[in-house]
Amino acid sequence: MAVKKRMKDFTLMEKIYLPSIVAGLSITLQNMFKPKYTMEYPEVKFMPSGHYRGRPVLVQEEDGGERCVACGLCSRVCPALAIDIQAAETEREKERYPERFEINMLRCIFCGLCEEVCPEEAIVMSKEYEIAFTNRQDAIYGKDKLLTPIADLQERIEFLRNNK
Amino acid sequence: MGKFILDGQEIGFKPGQTIIEAAKEVGVDIPHFCWHPSLSVSGNCRVCLVEVEKMPKLAIACATQASEGMVVHTESTKALSARQAVMEFLLINHPLDCPICDEAGECKLQDYTFSHSVGESRFTEEKQHKEKRVPLGPHVMFDGDRCISCSRCIRFCDEIAGESELTFVNRGDRVTIQTFPGKELKNPYSLCVTDICPVGALTNRDFRFKARVWDMSNTSSVCPGCSRGCNVDVWVRSNEILRLTPRENEEVNNVWMCDEGRLNTWKHVNAGDRVDGPQIRRGEGLSKATWDEIYSKASAELHGFTANEIAFIGSARSTVEDNHLLAKLANHLHCKNIDFPRHIVPGSGDKILRKEDKTPNSAGALAAGISPVKDGLAFEEIMTAVKSHKIKALVVVEEDIAAMDEKYATALKQLQLLVVLASNFNATTELAHIVIPAATWTEKNGVFINFEGRAQRIRPAVATEQMDRSLDGFSMSRLDKFGTKFDRWGNYKKYDARPVWRIFLDLGHLLGLKAKFEFAEDVWEDFTKHSPGFHGITYDELGEMGLTVKKNYI
Repeated sequence: MAVKKRMKDFTLMEKIYLPSIVAGLSITLQNMFKPKYTMEYPEVKFMPSGHYRGRPVLVQEEDGGERCVACGLCSRVCPALAIDIQAAETEREKERYPERFEINMLRCIFCGLCEEVCPEEAIVMSKEYEIAFTNRQDAIYGKDKLLTPIADLQERIEFLRNNK
Repeated sequence: MGKFILDGQEIGFKPGQTIIEAAKEVGVDIPHFCWHPSLSVSGNCRVCLVEVEKMPKLAIACATQASEGMVVHTESTKALSARQAVMEFLLINHPLDCPICDEAGECKLQDYTFSHSVGESRFTEEKQHKEKRVPLGPHVMFDGDRCISCSRCIRFCDEIAGESELTFVNRGDRVTIQTFPGKELKNPYSLCVTDICPVGALTNRDFRFKARVWDMSNTSSVCPGCSRGCNVDVWVRSNEILRLTPRENEEVNNVWMCDEGRLNTWKHVNAGDRVDGPQIRRGEGLSKATWDEIYSKASAELHGFTANEIAFIGSARSTVEDNHLLAKLANHLHCKNIDFPRHIVPGSGDKILRKEDKTPNSAGALAAGISPVKDGLAFEEIMTAVKSHKIKALVVVEEDIAAMDEKYATALKQLQLLVVLASNFNATTELAHIVIPAATWTEKNGVFINFEGRAQRIRPAVATEQMDRSLDGFSMSRLDKFGTKFDRWGNYKKYDARPVWRIFLDLGHLLGLKAKFEFAEDVWEDFTKHSPGFHGITYDELGEMGLTVKKNYI
């Protein structure tokens, strides 16, 4: 059987390794004098820009009320069934509001479909990524944890409007 | 029977039938808002426009009678563009408030906008605004913005309920619906307008905002409000009943049901006073016991009485299966005193649906043998005998006897043993020595037989502790299918209650009754074997619509 010359057979230069080692060391040396990109988390926090999909939150209007009208679309579209809503009637012009709005953060997969489907721009993905709990009950976030003043969400809302 | 051509296919029609009716019979659904099979034709929504060859203009399928040799096109360019134009007109003043609207998900306008409209609006002007949140009556809320003026509700009141309460006022795009001066929409069938309203203009005040329709499961059942036995759907989310809607059955209720049945027949299922687990009297109050405890106590105590000292009170609110096993047990104990109280409310019936007999299963209770055996005592006589200490032990099934009459309440206090099967605590359970939690009509399988002798199935919609939605063949919503016990909506309250027939079966075993049934269906089979009119009728044959049994058998 004839011996085939294979693509992966090393040449002499490759076989002695030294040139590659030198090349590698030179890259290391070059980078030693370049600026560092490593972030020393948690001492230094990562501050994402508007495109980032952190945990979903509810938009709280300046008057303190929620934008959400409890239509249930986010709950319906959620592929992980994380969202549970109980609607009720209010005296305001939009006659429906969420009496209970719960997101189970153990189920949430941060896909952002809730935000995409929302007809009221009432649920958006925040920048918050530090989500830890020690039991299942704490993982269910109610309105108290979800409502976020609209001022804190401007960047994301602008991002959404620009990238429809 | 003539023939005409609909979209290239020859179909038959009966003389006088309109195009839409003939098409419906062969399964072709011509879009319609104002037309309703049970109401007169008004022809004002114009969405059913079809092209009929040799007619100068498009014709509305709901008001054009089919005739021999007619050639109808529902999907031609002309018909389609007309339909799209009509949809665009209807949407001019219709608000885009589906997120708030309760009809969303079961809205005809939503469906047709999806399937028959161009997908965008050219209307840039201000929409016409009308009155919102107008209570038309005690049960119905009206939203003028959403109304598309189809007049179904007006025609329903005039033609079906027989009380003219609603009318159009104003003209053009300001037209809206109002009650006549000094009147309210409060006929006994008023909530049917919320079913036939093709949009969310008329909503059920009892159900408003409670749940999205796609979050609920619906179960075919039968209303227990009176002996008509209207076919209903029971809508459940997280094991809680949220509403009832009528289910079409031309033989019984067509597509209607009364407000009384729709609102008041299921509230007790979710109520806080449910009997949760067996209760036994210890000293003054009732306290919880295990099933084994109460079965052995009840059977041991019943053993201590002679057959003449015992009486059984069945119920026309329980199913045939329940009453069948009660009759079986009474027969086994040679007890002749067995009957059930009647709940006839004179003057409460009408010619539409409502009957004076306020129980769903009087005929079924009789067919199952809940009537005094020769020389046995009837209900009134039993109560008299209780008072005079002749009857010492009484078993009551799903009846609140103490609340029926003051004298019954005092009589019941004389008893040495009062066993009550009840779903909720009431005046009778107050006096009981043993309270056995009975499953309600929404928690068990069974059959009701209505006043005409029509046997109809009820199915479980709410799970009790012993049941599992998937294993027991419940209708399931998406939430039921994927919920876990760690989800708040999956971890719902289940009551510890059992169907009456199962309670009597287990109790009967301790008293020496030899019977073996696994499911309600087996009990029904046993019942049909012993009842001539029902020979060979299975649950499958009863199906969704039920079967009428010859009257002379019941």
